[in-house]
This record gives sequence, C-alpha cells and structure tokens, in this order.
Amino acid sequence: MSSESLNLTLRIWRQNGPDATGDFRDYKLNGVSTHMSFLEMLDVLNEQLIEAGEEPVAFDHDCREGICGMCSLMIDGKAHGPDNATTTCQLHMRRFNDGDTVTIEPWRASAFPVLRDLVVDRSAFDRIIQAGGYVSVNTGNAPDGNAIPVPGRVQETAMDAAACIGCGACVAACKNASAMLFVSAKVSQLAVLPQGKAERGERVLNMVAKMDEEGFGHCTNTSECEAACPAEISVDNIARLNREFIRASLVSGK
Amino acid sequence: MVRVATDTLNSRVPEGPVDEIWDKHRFNMKLVNPANKRKFNVIVVGTGLAGGAAAASLAELGYNVKSFCFQDSPRRAHSIAAQGGINAAKNYPNDGDSIWRLFYDTVKGGDYRAREANVYRLAQVSNNIIDQCVSQGVPFAREYGGTLANRSFGGAQVSRTFYCRGQTGQQLLLGAYQAMMRQVQLGKVEVFARREMLELIVVDGVSRGIVVRNLTSGELETHTADAVVLCTGGYGNVYYLSTNAKGCNVTAAWRCHKRGAYFANPCYTQIHPTCIPVSGDYQSKLTLMSESLRNDGRVWVAKNIDDKRSPSEIPDEDRDYYLERRYPAFGNLVPRDVASRASKERCDAGFGVGESGLAVYLDFRDAILRDGEDAIRKKYGNLFHMYEKITAENPYKVPMKIYPAVHYTMGGLWVDYHLMSNLPGLFVLGEANFSDHGANRLGASALMQGLSDGYFVIPYTVGDHLAKAELPEIPHDHPACVAALQSAQDRIDKLLAVNGTRTVDSFHRALGHIMWEHCGMARSKAGLELAISQIRELREEFWKDVRVLGSGETLNQSLEKAGRVADFLEFGELMCIDALNREESCGGHFREEHQTPEGEAKRNDAEFSYVAAWEFHDVGAEPTLHKEQLSFPNVPPTTRSYK
Repeated sequence: MSSESLNLTLRIWRQNGPDATGDFRDYKLNGVSTHMSFLEMLDVLNEQLIEAGEEPVAFDHDCREGICGMCSLMIDGKAHGPDNATTTCQLHMRRFNDGDTVTIEPWRASAFPVLRDLVVDRSAFDRIIQAGGYVSVNTGNAPDGNAIPVPGRVQETAMDAAACIGCGACVAACKNASAMLFVSAKVSQLAVLPQGKAERGERVLNMVAKMDEEGFGHCTNTSECEAACPAEISVDNIARLNREFIRASLVSGK
Repeated sequence: MVRVATDTLNSRVPEGPVDEIWDKHRFNMKLVNPANKRKFNVIVVGTGLAGGAAAASLAELGYNVKSFCFQDSPRRAHSIAAQGGINAAKNYPNDGDSIWRLFYDTVKGGDYRAREANVYRLAQVSNNIIDQCVSQGVPFAREYGGTLANRSFGGAQVSRTFYCRGQTGQQLLLGAYQAMMRQVQLGKVEVFARREMLELIVVDGVSRGIVVRNLTSGELETHTADAVVLCTGGYGNVYYLSTNAKGCNVTAAWRCHKRGAYFANPCYTQIHPTCIPVSGDYQSKLTLMSESLRNDGRVWVAKNIDDKRSPSEIPDEDRDYYLERRYPAFGNLVPRDVASRASKERCDAGFGVGESGLAVYLDFRDAILRDGEDAIRKKYGNLFHMYEKITAENPYKVPMKIYPAVHYTMGGLWVDYHLMSNLPGLFVLGEANFSDHGANRLGASALMQGLSDGYFVIPYTVGDHLAKAELPEIPHDHPACVAALQSAQDRIDKLLAVNGTRTVDSFHRALGHIMWEHCGMARSKAGLELAISQIRELREEFWKDVRVLGSGETLNQSLEKAGRVADFLEFGELMCIDALNREESCGGHFREEHQTPEGEAKRNDAEFSYVAAWEFHDVGAEPTLHKEQLSFPNVPPTTRSYK
C-alpha cells in the first residue's frame, strides 16, 4: 500500500500505425490518486497530452468493469498488470508506489498485430470461434429448457470454462504466443454439456486447425496463461482439449 | 408551448384479445418465399443481445446479413455486463407465475407508460428464449438433479429469473455471438467490426443503408441494403458517468432521428440504486453492484444526523432501515426507481455516509449471521470481490457503500408493433427502442427484451416489410448515398477544424453534470429550463473551443469521442424538452411539482397517458410532438404501491 498521491514515470509504447516503427516514450505524471483505476490514470495522462498538443495514447477499453474483454496492456511485463484475476480496467493505482516507473506495452503476438500504440487486432479469436465454437441450432428449434437435464456439477464445469472473456492475455503471457487456453475454454464448455456432444469431434479438430492457421504458437505447458488469466480459466481445460483432440483424431481418422 | 402534431401515430397493433393477437398476426404477415430470401440484404447495426440475435436469426432464414459494431469484436457489446438474470414465465418453481402475471408485472412496473400489446408479446416469447439459450449451451444455473434453477429478483414476488452466476448477460451474449459466428462460417453474415455508424441513407422516405467510419483506417464506407435494423443500445452516457460501457453512445439513433425517425420518451431514464459511489473528479464510469444483493443486504443510514460512528458501532436501534420503514410489504426489494429516490431523499436530508455524504449502507451482517459467510460467498462472491477491488474495503466485514447511478434508458426511437420506426425499412430493437418498459424497467427484463426482439420478433416483421415494399437497386453513386457520405465527411472535417483549447472529455463531463443536476433523479420546471440554456451555451462553446488532434485518416479515439459528444450535446436538449413537457411523475421520471404528500410519484393519466414521439427540425429548433395514445384495457392503471 502506498501514499494517497503518486508521482510516476510512464514508459509507453507509441506506434503511429500498423506499418510504422514503434518506440518507448517516457512521460512524467504527478499527483496520481491511489483511488484511480489504471485506465483512469491513462485518461488523466491523455488529457494532459492533448492540452500540451500531443496526440493521446490509443488503448482499447470499453466496459471498465472486467467483463467485456476489450482492455489489454502488458504492465511491467505482466498481462493485465500485477494483480491476479484482475483485468487492467479493474486494476487500481493503490497497487503502485510513489516514484515507480511503469512500463506499458501492447499484447505481443504475431497473430495480434499492433494497430496503433497499445491497440492490437484480436480478430483471429473471432475466426477461431467461427471454425466451430458453437452448437449448431437454429432459432426456434429448441425443446423445453428442462428437457435437457444438466447435472449441477457438469453445469459448474461448463460455467467455469465459459467465463473466458476473450481478452487474449493468455496469448500475450505465453512465450510461444499460444492460444490454447482460449480455445480449450470453449471446447471444454461445449464438450461437457449434452447440447454440444453431437459436434464435439468436428469442433475440436476445426478450432485447433484454425488456431494453427492463424499463427498462434504451440503449447508447452508452462501455465503462464493460467497465471495471467483475469477470468481464472484453468489449464485443466487444456488437458481436456488434448483428450478431445486425440479422441476426435482417432475416431475421424483425420 | 410545445408544437403538437394533429396526426395520430399508427402503432399497427392488431385488433383482438391481447393474448391472441401475436399468433394471429404472424399468420397475417406476408412471407418471403424461401428461395427469394437470399436476394435480400439486411444491415444490423450493433451486436449486443438484440443485434447478435437478429443477425443470427435473419441469416438462418436465408437473408444476407451485414453486421456492424464499434468494438474490436461483436462479443464485446455492453449486454455482456448484465449481471443478474433474465426473466421468463416458465413457472418451473410452481409458485403462481404465468405469462399473464409477467405481462401484468411489466406493465405495472413500467408505471403504465408501455404499450400493452408489445409487453404481452414479450411475456409470451420469454419462455422460448430460455429454451433457445439452453439449446445453444448457455450454462444456466441448475439444481442438483439437473433442472433449471430460478431466483426472485428486482421486486418480483415469484421466482422467475434464470441466471448464470453473476454473469448472465455475458453468457447470453456469447450464445448469440456464437450463433452469429456460425452464420459467418456459413457465409450468411459478414461482420464489420471497429465500424461506427455515422449516417442513415434514406431513399424516397425508405431506409436503405448506412454510412460508417472504419475506425482503424478512418475511411468512410457506404453500405446499402433492403432494410436497416438498429440495435445500438441506450444513451445513458449523456450523463457522462453511468454504468454503461465507455463507448456506449446515442450517435446511430440520433442520426436516424435527424433523418426523420421520431425519438420517443427520451426523458425516461433508469437510475439504478446499487452502484459504487463516485470517488473523485477523475472518475470515468460507475460500477453496478447487482440488485440481487438486495435479496440479502439491508439498506440503512444512521437515525441521528450527527452520528459519525463507524457502521459496526451503530446498534440496530440507532439505524434507520428506511426502505423497510417506508415500504413494509416490499422492504429492500422495492423497484429500482423507488429505491433510488429513497436514497437520494436520505442523502439530501443530510444522512448520507462516506466522505462525500452521497452514499448509504448496504449491509450483509444479518445475512452472514443467518446463513454463514460461505453461503453468501457462493451467491455473491464475484460481486464482493469486485467491490473490494474498487474500494479496498471488505464487504464481509463492513457494509458496502452504495449510491444510485444512471443505468438504463427506457426511451428510444419510436417503433410500431413490428418494431419498425416511422421511417419504413428502419427497424429498432432492444434498448435502442422505447416500447416495452414504459417509464421504468424491472430487473432482469432488459435481457429478455433484447433477445425477444432479436430472436422472435424481427425474423417475422422484417419479412413482412421486404415482401410488401418496392425496393429498387440503390447504387453507391445514388444522390442519397453521396449526400449521406458527404454529410459524415463534413462533420469530421468540422470537428478537426475547430482546433480549440478544451478536451472532448471536459465538455462531456460538463454536459453530464448539467444532466445529472437537472434531468436526473428529480426534475423541476425551473431546473429543466436552466439546463436547456446551459446545454445550448455548452454546445456553442464546444464548436468554438474543442480540441481534437490528429487526422481523420487514422485510428483516432479523440475524434470518435468528439463525434459522440457532439451528438449528446444535441440530444441532451431533447431529453430536457421531453422532461419539461411531461407534467407528471411516472416511473423513473420524477417531477418535483408532481408528488404526493409522502413524496411518492404522482401520475397524471388523464393528460399524459401517451408516448411522446419527437420529430426533429433543426439543431436548437423546437421539435414537433407526435402523440401515441396508450390504453390499458387489460391492466387498468392503479397507483403503484409497494407499501
């Protein structure tokens, strides 16, 4: 815990566009209240930059309550900063000390190209979901909700996996920029639920193929992804994905 | 005096008993032949529950859908943040619920300012929504045996709310998003992310396309179609501070309004009673604590105005559990508008807690003593965790501090029973329209409405329009497209050319302050008139002194914000005009001049039982009021009492 007001040096990645060369620039920011959220601190910096005639730092954010998955940022080398189970938007400045130098970078992964400053393109995640992250049911086809009983324990497992917010911290934290935690969360949710069983084989094969095609790296089981995940998605899901993948490969002969 | 149109708005509600008309009407509407559906293109703007569900369902039918959102992915839309749950009249708990009861509760909860026929349809399809979401793999809470669990929520006296922990909106949205992604894979939906709608293209009075800005490259793009479906959410960010996501805005709806679509009941806003209080000037948004907390938490302030003891030192006899005192029947579970006004009343009277005095306690002490800390953690663990993250206080040990905050907007573009605006071919769904919640929305009914509109209403009503309308091909060099594109470009150029001294956020904060002070939880004639003149001055200053750096040809977040704030500066004035015109108190709209001696809202059914739909003429010019008279043959209006 620190004092009520902090003087900080912010070392921020600035990059004008997707093809521009970027570099770090240092900014002094004084009088930062410890009650501010991290993004509010960046808002204050941006207000000062605009007043000084410098273009503000671009960063992605939307809900600012930890659920939309739009905010990102490597803060001192950690995806979403130093707190466990916390998105950048939920991180507060009381976590920092007066005089700190804070380094802020975008997610680094070739599958997530930088668009500007701290903003990256995560549309590869959408394309992975398109490859099979759903149950194929048209509107109007559904039987009564209670016609498909789901034991409480199964539902809890599915919900644990379904809590993924799709932010990409797992990729950013992984030395191989692997998307295994993200992919395994959706594969797990739908593999354990009865509704998803019919397509489970096709789903895992197609999603994994798409993940590879998008340029994400391989998983070497270092669990950095789990440590960085703000939604506390467990690497147990990766184990389940591997089982699903082997099962499907044997059955389909692909 | 307000200029009132002499025509009456045709809501196209079919004749007949309210519980039969939707079924009959589905038969009476025109169908598009299955082989012809692929010839029609439909634009869906917004990818929340309404937009995601609409895009998926329309594509499943065979239409070609283009879907647009300003976020980096359709999965980010702010429906994702809804915590509590979704209502349906399944009556699984066998506790007396029915479609009719859900209908009745929603009309009453809306303080008799919603359209009965729409609300009945909503209650009717609520059960289909649950079935649909379950089959998509939405992990709703279950009993041990595997059946769906329910809880009571937001003042309902039956347990009809389905939920996924504290993340119901997230799971429902991901269900709709995944359904939509499946259609992308099948080639029926094309997604345009990081695009912001800046203009509506209207040809011969019919809505035929949109102009969007590609937020990555800055390019303006023209997209034409046979129908435009607007699912762009609410306008709560006109207050600057709200529980909305930072990007939520009125721009798409406002541009449609400026092209002729009527804006209905803009003054109906919902102030949610349980939010984390403001902590400083830098505050960028407010965080909601789900109202499910009021099932176990008790709201109180000290009885003695000078009592500065810490809350745990204040014994029960010195605490004023004011909701339980004023509303013994409903206690802490009174609807949102009532709970919010009651906290404001205590804080205005000087009993508020915390540094600012703008907070009340929400205390779990008794629930923890009764059920144990583990039981409370199981129910609300994620909310308590979030509260502690933000405030650095442990709500298991000390009571939460809460205060009301802007949360939802019941007003929106006017639509008929088909969810079509007065501009043919422009459909408006979800929070962006006005139709189902009247002057106050009940908890767990926003998710229901978004999905009802998207999954179960629009697939029928769009077909009826496409089957009947004359829809000639619109080339991109059509004068209407060229003019819309030019208008969007001119506005961007104008924003960049001001080159003043003040930041966009400073204007937004100033506007928010005006709106909260004068068009917030309590409104008065004098306050609203003052607000209108202040907004006009602020708007003038904005166009003289705003500073937007950079260019229009790149990713430029200041420019995006500037465009949205410029529209809020026009829209805020209309909200105040509407609030000024409505000389009564109803639901979330509380006029100080119209209250009972006990301080409760006093409706004026004789004069104001209508929808106020405003027609735009020019910025700063007086709009024309079109009235849609409301009638309540099935749920006769009474005074809403929760005592």
